[in-house]
Amino acid sequence: MTFLAQVELIKPPEIEYSAIAPVLIVLGAACVSVLFEAFLPKHQRWAAQVVLTMLTFIGAGTALGLYAGAETTTAQGITTLSGAVAVDRPVIFLWVTLLLLGFGSILLIADRSVEPGGAFVADAAVRPGTVQDRAQATRTGMQTEVFPLTLFALAGMMVFVAANDLLTMFIALEVLSLPLYLMCGLARRRRLLSQEAAVKYFLLGAFASAFFLYGLALLYGYAGSVKLADIATATAGSDKSDTLLFAGFGLLVVGLLFKASVGPFHAWTPDVYQGAPTPITAFMAACTKVAAFGGILRVLTVAFERTNWEWRGVLWGVAVASMVIGAVLGLTQTDVKRMVAYSSVAHAGFLLIGSISLTEQGLSGTLFYLLAYGFTTIAVFGVISLVRNADGEATHLSQWAGLAKRSPVLAGVFTFLLLALAGIPLTSGFVGKFVVFAAAIQDGLAPLVVVALVASAVAAFFYLRVIVLMYFSEPAPDGPTVTVPGAFTTIAITVGAAVTLVLGVWPSFALDWAGAGGFIF
Amino acid sequence: MSWTLIALLLLPLVGSLVVAFLKGNDRTAKLVALGFSLVELALAVVAWVAYDPSSGARLQLTSSVDWIPTFGVHLSFGVDGIALVMIALIAFLMPVVIGGAWSDKLPEGRSASGFFSLLLAMQTGMVGVFAATDVFLFYVFFEAVLVPMYFLIGRFGGPNRQYAAMKFFLYSLLGGLIMLASVIGLYVTSADKLGQGTLDWATLVTVMKDAPTSTQIWLFLGFFIAFAIKAPLVPLHTWLPDAGAEAPVGAGVLLVGVLDKIGTFGFLRYCLPLFPAASKQLAPLVLVLAVVGIIYGSLLAVGQTDMKRFVAYTSIAHFGFIALGIFAFSSQAGAGSVLYMVNHGISTGMLFLVVGMVMSRGGSRLIQDYGGMAKLTPVLGGLFFVAGLSSLALPGTNSFVSEFLVLIGSYPNQPVFTIISTVGMVLAALYVLWVYQRVFQGPVRGTALLNVAAGPGTATDPERSGIKDLNRREIAVLAPLVALVLVLGFYPKPVLDVISPSIGATLSEVGVTDPVAQEGK
Repeated sequence: MTFLAQVELIKPPEIEYSAIAPVLIVLGAACVSVLFEAFLPKHQRWAAQVVLTMLTFIGAGTALGLYAGAETTTAQGITTLSGAVAVDRPVIFLWVTLLLLGFGSILLIADRSVEPGGAFVADAAVRPGTVQDRAQATRTGMQTEVFPLTLFALAGMMVFVAANDLLTMFIALEVLSLPLYLMCGLARRRRLLSQEAAVKYFLLGAFASAFFLYGLALLYGYAGSVKLADIATATAGSDKSDTLLFAGFGLLVVGLLFKASVGPFHAWTPDVYQGAPTPITAFMAACTKVAAFGGILRVLTVAFERTNWEWRGVLWGVAVASMVIGAVLGLTQTDVKRMVAYSSVAHAGFLLIGSISLTEQGLSGTLFYLLAYGFTTIAVFGVISLVRNADGEATHLSQWAGLAKRSPVLAGVFTFLLLALAGIPLTSGFVGKFVVFAAAIQDGLAPLVVVALVASAVAAFFYLRVIVLMYFSEPAPDGPTVTVPGAFTTIAITVGAAVTLVLGVWPSFALDWAGAGGFIF
Repeated sequence: MSWTLIALLLLPLVGSLVVAFLKGNDRTAKLVALGFSLVELALAVVAWVAYDPSSGARLQLTSSVDWIPTFGVHLSFGVDGIALVMIALIAFLMPVVIGGAWSDKLPEGRSASGFFSLLLAMQTGMVGVFAATDVFLFYVFFEAVLVPMYFLIGRFGGPNRQYAAMKFFLYSLLGGLIMLASVIGLYVTSADKLGQGTLDWATLVTVMKDAPTSTQIWLFLGFFIAFAIKAPLVPLHTWLPDAGAEAPVGAGVLLVGVLDKIGTFGFLRYCLPLFPAASKQLAPLVLVLAVVGIIYGSLLAVGQTDMKRFVAYTSIAHFGFIALGIFAFSSQAGAGSVLYMVNHGISTGMLFLVVGMVMSRGGSRLIQDYGGMAKLTPVLGGLFFVAGLSSLALPGTNSFVSEFLVLIGSYPNQPVFTIISTVGMVLAALYVLWVYQRVFQGPVRGTALLNVAAGPGTATDPERSGIKDLNRREIAVLAPLVALVLVLGFYPKPVLDVISPSIGATLSEVGVTDPVAQEGK
């Protein structure tokens, strides 16, 4: 057989371009964005990048809308690229969520009115603490590489939630993680803290990736395939070694839980949330959470549903640990960003409850929770970025005392968002908790729900503490000021708060949409 | 579709918003608030007239629209006789409270418009709690009403207000979250039975009737703990003395007068009809708590040195009587309990107001700082005495009728508990009369009174001392309360006529037969 004849034997997979167009658009734009960095003069880059990114979101959104709208023939979704990627109802929901939350984050990232020149370092190569560093802090330029990095990370997240085999998933995991490591180190102020966060995230993230990869290898050994569907088939009454299966599952899940910042795999979360530039923290807290739980849901439901009897107890314990760690350690925090970080660990525990319910209600409840939580989080970090003093953001809680007197509107919005995180009715946080817990009780996880409710009550204490500080304490004379935000940040906060309210008062449409269908594999 | 309840619900909300926007114009804000509360009272009269106790319909003035169809949640409102008298009580107390707080000295930097706006917001929440006929909607109001109360205590309260506000909120939130587990449990139970879950109260009553006792007990406990925190039963009462003592007088009246009745109302509307088997099985437990509350609350009331805490502890004793009447399962005791809820709102509300008037003159909450005040302020002394007599249930005052009904109705079923509770009546006379004696009788003494006086030797002279008797506004505020104390003392029939059919319906939902009625046959 000649070489050419052998090539003929390799059949290229069928590609449903219309289905994966949103991902392709984001990835393509990310490449163009890199070219901008290479060829445009420095002073033009910010404007060009912002326009390009906005167009990307519009384009990807349109492509997704067209596909989802015309999807009458393949109502429940398809797999493409020889089964490596699935585009089904949950994936479309997650893609829309990711694009919306990504857009919100980009608004915060692009804002240059709050901090002159933006929240990002003007010259990342300058050593922190030097004369040049102090000079860069006052310059109005910024490293616009953050735009292509964000787009790459976003594309990685979109592939991650749609990946139907573990190798694709791993590559997507790396594509989404590597830009995030870099972005964490780009803060304009407190650069040592920021770089420390980046290194910490990178090292721990590398370990987590290694865990994931090791688990993948063991599962391949078990099932002889990396496809989720094949693993599911292999678990059905085979006499293969359970050791390989459960060791592989455990390692794989550790990698996933790390990304979702579920306790006890949360150790990076407070440091990274605190050190990273606030817009990046918002992006991580909202989008990474969505992507990670999207992946967890698919892996658990598609590949391991049959063996849930064996592993459910373990994840039960993990969920309890996460809720307790988040709620209890959150009580002791004095920095508002660290506090939100621990709150996100507690929320990850709630989300895990929904994820291990393994029912239609569990799936739709978790998806809804992700959407609701993401918008609230972006608005929360948007508000945090506005409270500043001469050194940058004033994140120490004592500096927030009496804020309601200085800026009643901001304090009111932040109070509303905190009540949403606490799960008070008429906010999206309450509806999210309700649907997730209802699914869990329906699936026999009632004790776990009771633990979750107690954890919610404990967590409410630290949210309330901030409200007490803002409303009931007298402002310090040298306290921080509240910056009047520019259009971008204003839009991000307004939309985040508005969605939190709308999903709390009128959640039906989103609930129906989240419950439109299950995974295709 | 009846619009009366919806109007009752929305009117104070609109008023709250209007008043909030009148910042800086306190006089107008007060007048507008008073205007709204008077229109609300007129609307409540309309509702009272429209309600027909003899029609036999369990819920009247009903209205319902879909809210979250996915979860069978409706925006549905309706009242039975019990809810109607509670709504009437709120509508009656609100103008009184606004009048009473007319010239309160607020903490520095707080505006009257904020205070009155929060009061009206509270009213919406409370009407919603009593008018909701969907369990989800009830829960939403149950939690939402915490927020304005939290700000009322935390922003406008006494020196220790932050602690009290936090304690109040966390206690209620914890109770609410435990109840949420039961609400979800109800949904799941109904979904198992009907296929499609619902949270409509009337449907749930029929669904839960045949639920296994073990399920009923778990769900009952969730609701019961929440309500036992609200209508504080020992040992879940410790938040009330703090909140009651630190709350501004107006908010205190609403807190003890109406807000806490949500608990006893909840027993009647949710615990009994939804979980009949559990109610019967757990009644002894509740009765023990009730009787302990009567004795314990009375004893602690005797020992109080702070007048506001004193009022709070007397309420704990009174709530014991109410709970006793509810769980004694007879129509007389039940009707007596509901009447007690109304009377307690009137007499304790009045007691709170007169205590506030004493405090506004002497500037101290401590009993030991006063003495012989009746010589300076005979009218205030007289009205304090009337409030006290009403509180200790002297025949001829309103509370006597209800306390008598509770005791005589409970005796056939629960003779032991009833006999023990009569000790509470003796103790009531002790604590009320002793406080009255120390504050108002004897020679003028106490630092609060002597320090205000214009100079040496002037304190005993009413003409020259700085202490003034009640002005016309204060008399106008107390006059309607005195009138009701006497009218309901001699002619409670109109109220009992509204209450009794609903109590009868509740008892038949529990499935108990009336011991007294049987003897009559």
